[in-house]
Amino acid sequence: MSTPTPTPATATGSARVKRGMAEMLKGGVIMDVVTPEQAKIAEDAGAVAVMALERVPADIRVQGGVARMSDPDMIDGIIAAVSIPVMAKARIGHFAEAQVLQSLGVDYVDESEVLTPADEAHHIDKWAFTVPFVCGATNLGEAIRRIAEGAAMIRSKGEAGTGNVVEATRHMRAIRADIRRLTQLDDAELYVAAKELRAPHDVVKEIAETGKLPVVLFTAGGIATPADAAMMMQLGAEGLFVGSGIFKSGDPGRRAEAIVKATTFHDDPDVIAKVSRGLGEAMVGLNVEQIPPDQRFAGRGW
Amino acid sequence: MNARPVIGVLALQGDVREHLRALDRCGASARPIRRPRELTGLGGIVLPGGESTTIAKLAAAFDLLEPLRAAVRSGLPAYGSCAGMILLADRVTDAPPGQQTVGGIDMTVRRNAFGRQVDSFEGDLEFPVLGEEPVHAVFIRAPWVEQAGPGVEPLARIPTGPATGRVVAVRQGALLATAFHPEMTGDCRVHELFVRIVDES
Repeated sequence: MSTPTPTPATATGSARVKRGMAEMLKGGVIMDVVTPEQAKIAEDAGAVAVMALERVPADIRVQGGVARMSDPDMIDGIIAAVSIPVMAKARIGHFAEAQVLQSLGVDYVDESEVLTPADEAHHIDKWAFTVPFVCGATNLGEAIRRIAEGAAMIRSKGEAGTGNVVEATRHMRAIRADIRRLTQLDDAELYVAAKELRAPHDVVKEIAETGKLPVVLFTAGGIATPADAAMMMQLGAEGLFVGSGIFKSGDPGRRAEAIVKATTFHDDPDVIAKVSRGLGEAMVGLNVEQIPPDQRFAGRGW
Repeated sequence: MNARPVIGVLALQGDVREHLRALDRCGASARPIRRPRELTGLGGIVLPGGESTTIAKLAAAFDLLEPLRAAVRSGLPAYGSCAGMILLADRVTDAPPGQQTVGGIDMTVRRNAFGRQVDSFEGDLEFPVLGEEPVHAVFIRAPWVEQAGPGVEPLARIPTGPATGRVVAVRQGALLATAFHPEMTGDCRVHELFVRIVDES
């Protein structure tokens, strides 16, 4: 593994323990929830974890204003309601919010572009924490910079709160294509590639050798249907975050269960067809080109 | 020398790839299992790490739970790590109401027994049936064995800290379970033990 931390005889918060937690989520669906009741619906539907937040991205987009870490009471309520892991979001660069989330016993912190960034130059130094972090990325260089800062899991960003997978597709294809390109380069070329990616050479070299990120790669942003889930998994995602797509739809429990099944059987169109029937209304959705560029979440972070 | 036994890995969710790789490296021919018909011809099955509630729900929804129970009852060797240990337990505490398991090992397992993710850890364990060299064990939101029947052999215990003495590896006949993840460390010995169990059955 890249950038390893020294491991004493018994260690909490080691790179292996943090990255290993994400390995256990593979093939699963992590669902945005805003109440304990929604968290229970997600657990019942087979979610591998829930993301506790105050407003789903679609509402953040509509209501505007500064989006921050959730109220600790609300996070406590969700932790008490379910037995599966609970994640929560901190603003980009807001290390004090992350410290609070760690003290609440959250299982994973998402340093998220969906919230309003708190620092325009720096992301959180994630090595300094025992709790693991997931971070978004639109391309390989961004993913590697986050890993170098200590992220133990990466998700492609997509454009959250739109119900439109086009940006998730773009980011997942970009990351996978960049990885494939690295595997073709010789040692001398990898130095230039690291410079172009603005990423540390040791991680770049490791990816070139293994053909994959040193951490788990999920996807996020705009997933609304079982077929969306199947497509993202076939494009190389190891699992999914679903935000507004579930609880902004007509029958959240059924849709959640269908997306879980479609994720596992992503390569079996018969199963996707079967679980796609009778799900009721999908979330309405937004076309990304209608969102002014300064209101797009994916451009936050660098 | 025996031909390499065919061992399935339940591939509904979790660290399936790590178990497939570990089995292939440690003397078996591994294949992923997602459908009831794929259970035929297996010498043994591995229930991987992951989220036990998710795996159990998917197994029930895709008609795998009953065939798995029947196979284990009729003697199919099985090994479960972490979530897999929970799935092999006859009884589970701290689980949501209605959590189903495959069962087979006469034990009560406590889910998330060590605490939340910030309490997840790695460390060395004595594991006498694998030899003198300790096993480097990775525990992630891991369970432990709360209680076990007389037919269950404890294989390893937590050596230090507040959980000292807790049982984290067991065997009952052809069924093996660990609360930790040997598939993550590259140490072949637990998987080799399971391959021997499969060969002897």
